[in-house]
Amino acid sequence: MELLVASSIGMMTAVGIFLMLRLRTFPVIVGLTMISYACNVFIFASGRVVAGLPPILSKDATAYSDPLPQALVLTAIVISFGMTAVLVMIALGAFFEAGDDRIDLDEEGAE
Amino acid sequence: MSPALIAVLPFLGALLPGLMIRAGRNACATVTGSVTLLALIGLLLHAPAVLRGEVITARIEWLPQLGLNATFFLDGLGLLFATLILGIGLLIILYARFYLSDRDPMGQFYTYLMLFQGAMTGIVLSDNILLLLVFWELTSLSSFLLIGYWKHLPEGRQGARMALAVTGGGGLAMIAGMLILGHIAGSYDLTVILQSGEAIRASDWYLPALLLILLGAFTKSAQFPFQFWLPHAMAAPTPVSAYLHSATMVKAGIFLMARLWPVLAGTPEWFWIVTSAGLITMVLGAVIGLFKDDLKALLAFSTVSHLGLITMLLGFGTKAAATVAVFHIVNHASFKAALFMAAGIVDHEAHTRNIKRLGGLRHLMPITFAITTIAGLSMAGLPPFNGFLSKEMMLEEAAHTAPWVIPALVLLGATFSVAYSFRLISHTFLGPKRNDYPHLPHDPGFGLWGAPAFLAALVVLIGLMPMTFAGWIVEAAASAVTASPVTAKIYHWHGLHSPALWMSLAAVGGGLVLLALHGGLDRLWQATPRPEGKRIFDALMGLLTRLAGGVTKRLHGGALGQYLALATITILGVSLYAFFSGTHAPGTRALQPIEPVMAAGWLALMAASLGIAVLHRQRLLTLVLIGVVGLMVSVGFAYLSAPDLALTQISVEVATVILMLLALNFLPKTTPAVSSTARKTRDWAIAGAAGVGVAALIYALMTRDFAFPTIADYHLANSKTLGGGTNVVNVILVDFRGYDTFGEITVLGIAAILIFALTETLLRPGPANDRLRNWKSDMPDAGDRHPLMMVVATRMMLPIALMVGIYIFLRGHNVPGGGFIAGLVVAIALVMQYMASGFGWTAARQRIDYHGLIGAGVLIAAATGIGSWFASRPFMTSNYGYFEIWPLEKFELATAALFDLGVFLTVLGAVMLALSSLTRIAVRAGQTTNTEAFDMQDKFQQGDK
Repeated sequence: MELLVASSIGMMTAVGIFLMLRLRTFPVIVGLTMISYACNVFIFASGRVVAGLPPILSKDATAYSDPLPQALVLTAIVISFGMTAVLVMIALGAFFEAGDDRIDLDEEGAE
Repeated sequence: MSPALIAVLPFLGALLPGLMIRAGRNACATVTGSVTLLALIGLLLHAPAVLRGEVITARIEWLPQLGLNATFFLDGLGLLFATLILGIGLLIILYARFYLSDRDPMGQFYTYLMLFQGAMTGIVLSDNILLLLVFWELTSLSSFLLIGYWKHLPEGRQGARMALAVTGGGGLAMIAGMLILGHIAGSYDLTVILQSGEAIRASDWYLPALLLILLGAFTKSAQFPFQFWLPHAMAAPTPVSAYLHSATMVKAGIFLMARLWPVLAGTPEWFWIVTSAGLITMVLGAVIGLFKDDLKALLAFSTVSHLGLITMLLGFGTKAAATVAVFHIVNHASFKAALFMAAGIVDHEAHTRNIKRLGGLRHLMPITFAITTIAGLSMAGLPPFNGFLSKEMMLEEAAHTAPWVIPALVLLGATFSVAYSFRLISHTFLGPKRNDYPHLPHDPGFGLWGAPAFLAALVVLIGLMPMTFAGWIVEAAASAVTASPVTAKIYHWHGLHSPALWMSLAAVGGGLVLLALHGGLDRLWQATPRPEGKRIFDALMGLLTRLAGGVTKRLHGGALGQYLALATITILGVSLYAFFSGTHAPGTRALQPIEPVMAAGWLALMAASLGIAVLHRQRLLTLVLIGVVGLMVSVGFAYLSAPDLALTQISVEVATVILMLLALNFLPKTTPAVSSTARKTRDWAIAGAAGVGVAALIYALMTRDFAFPTIADYHLANSKTLGGGTNVVNVILVDFRGYDTFGEITVLGIAAILIFALTETLLRPGPANDRLRNWKSDMPDAGDRHPLMMVVATRMMLPIALMVGIYIFLRGHNVPGGGFIAGLVVAIALVMQYMASGFGWTAARQRIDYHGLIGAGVLIAAATGIGSWFASRPFMTSNYGYFEIWPLEKFELATAALFDLGVFLTVLGAVMLALSSLTRIAVRAGQTTNTEAFDMQDKFQQGDK
């Protein structure tokens, strides 16, 4: 199962980076979302993955899943939503300001 | 008064002028002066004890782990300098009150002055060299503000920049030198370092430390080859020049050399470097000073020259020379401050400082003439003034120092010093009265001449009775400098056999000759080409700026993809290096079996991800696929024992897709294919390599056990007993790591406000707004924008959804749920109303605005944290208890739940503010909204057409 998790993270990272290297705002935002998924799963998996263990304390449980990365990732998910939203707004603003959604500066404006 | 308080008082005083200026200029100056006076009194109360040889200390632990403590001490040297700084500071405050014109913002001036005063006092009272460095850099910064006070003058701005670049740069070098010094001594406390002179001088690191520290001291004290910044700093208002260049800023370097004298002096390196820098500076400054026509420029070069003299004396490394240096510090401060102020008076009254346009002022300004003459003759080193005493002692020391070139050059410097002093007096005040002054001058009121007159009186008194008026402080300070008891012997008459007498006479004679020949010499000087410090400095700065610009342009040229690619390649390279330069063993942790369900989910995720990459130009389809990926991630969380994450991920997923859909409404629906095949291949290679790298890294991590004991066990063991909850993830969020969560919800709130602000700028008139108004939808509208079925369904679901949200919130402490998830769930329930019934209808029924929710959330979380103070516990300590209220069963109440309520409100407010901002843009873009339920009216209107 570790192989599946690792390859998923790798795939999401690769697609995310590829999209972020595009030249328009929308693919960049989608790419950032993909990288956010990959990062969140990465942090989560750093606590080692197990199936079917409770994260909730109880008398019957003998072992638990690691709660710490889960807590970290939980806030990370919410914050990455906030950041994506800011980026979306910046992209929209840039689109209306410049009239197109290209991300690179023009040559003459490269100063 | 504690030395710490003396150093802090001016900083506190810096807050007052801005307030007091509203009560008028006199009130402002009085209050500012009172603070300085208070500090001065506090200081002088210690004087008897310090003169007895005691050292007053104050210690406040600040960052003991770094060896950085706020420790202050007051000994003879500190007392001397602090008295100069505060005493002359007081006179400057008085002088500035009458000097500044009505157009100059006086509150600002006094604030800068007090900041500077505090920084200087801090330097001379610090017992910790790291603290000293902090104050040192503060003087660079505050002097930048003071020198550039007349912001409208380009010379002022340039002079301030140059001073900051030179002294700030030297300060950076000094930080390195001080750190080495502290490292050798094993402590950053000056008192310890001063005891470790032997060890420091014997260390291999002595020379680097010496060079770096001297770099700091020389730049600050304008020693050759850094002397060029000081004359340009003369663009400052005269009170600033008088303060910075007589008693304070430039004396900081001298102070530091004196302070570290017992540690650093006495070696050949010290002797040659310090003596020659001082000697060159002294002669150079005196020669250039003679040919300056601007009164302040003349005084500036004279300052450079005298600082060189003091530096040279410290460089000699003998006790007697150090004592003379200390004495000359006192004398120079008194006559130079008086001269600067007198020059300021001339400028103020005659509206020019150009000596060639002045002359004959003694008839018009007798008081100023008297002050200038007394101070000027002292500067020339004539009896019976104080400058004479220290100059005689200096000549005596120099005469006995080998090689012969030293006394010869000193004599040359002294000759020019006499010449420019005489020129200052005679060409400004003597001669016939002229009738072409830019403004007919006359003596000003007491406010302006009071301060320099006081200093001139000191010049005379010290000159006549040196032991009574200065002997004691010179002894105390010199004892501190040399770390051994010193008895000062200050005489007027050294006897006929003394070389100093003959050297003095030669200097005065030579000075008179130079003055007589000044006209011819001046023409020669003006005709001789010389290297100009400012031009070299500007060229150097220009070169650096171009270099920085070139590097920036190459690395940061405006192509986002380029830096991202560079960053990715760099990280990959570093990681590969780390991988191949270490040793590795295969992972030992047992692999988990692959279940068919998991494999199916994995397939869906991989296919959707690949689909996004291939089909990303069709943006709507991309969003559908993003939804698939997000869903699979959340299923994965659920499967891998993280129900909280699964809940969060799925609700965030909904919000993200809605957000992107709203944005996509305006953006083009497809991405044009512009990348070349080569570029795509390159990008795929980079992305693929990064993906493989990340996958390998996490695989390696997952197949190995923890390298260090995990702290998760602590949280598992104490979640119930300390936090009162069984959902460990939630307890960590709201209790163990509550402070982090507090930071995170604050960030989320800021992000939402930022989105709101961005929306506001879009909605304001401007090109973006014009485009928005003329925007035409490129998609066909739906036939029914608010379908009846959907409206009814969402309204019926609203109470249920809210109930689910509240339920998830309440149970969060013990089973999966909590404020984050509940906030998202409720937000989605509300967003559904917007989607189904329209913006207008929903907005009309919205009672609380979302900013308020965010603010309330953060405040509630903060108040919960502060609440623990009232139980005498640290910030954010939680508490819980069990209560039983009939007819309910026993239940638990925890303060963490209140904190979670803050989280809930912030998340709800942030998500709603983000989404409703997008809706506001849509409304501005001309999309209609309905205020009536079910869109009925809209339909009828359409039917009528």
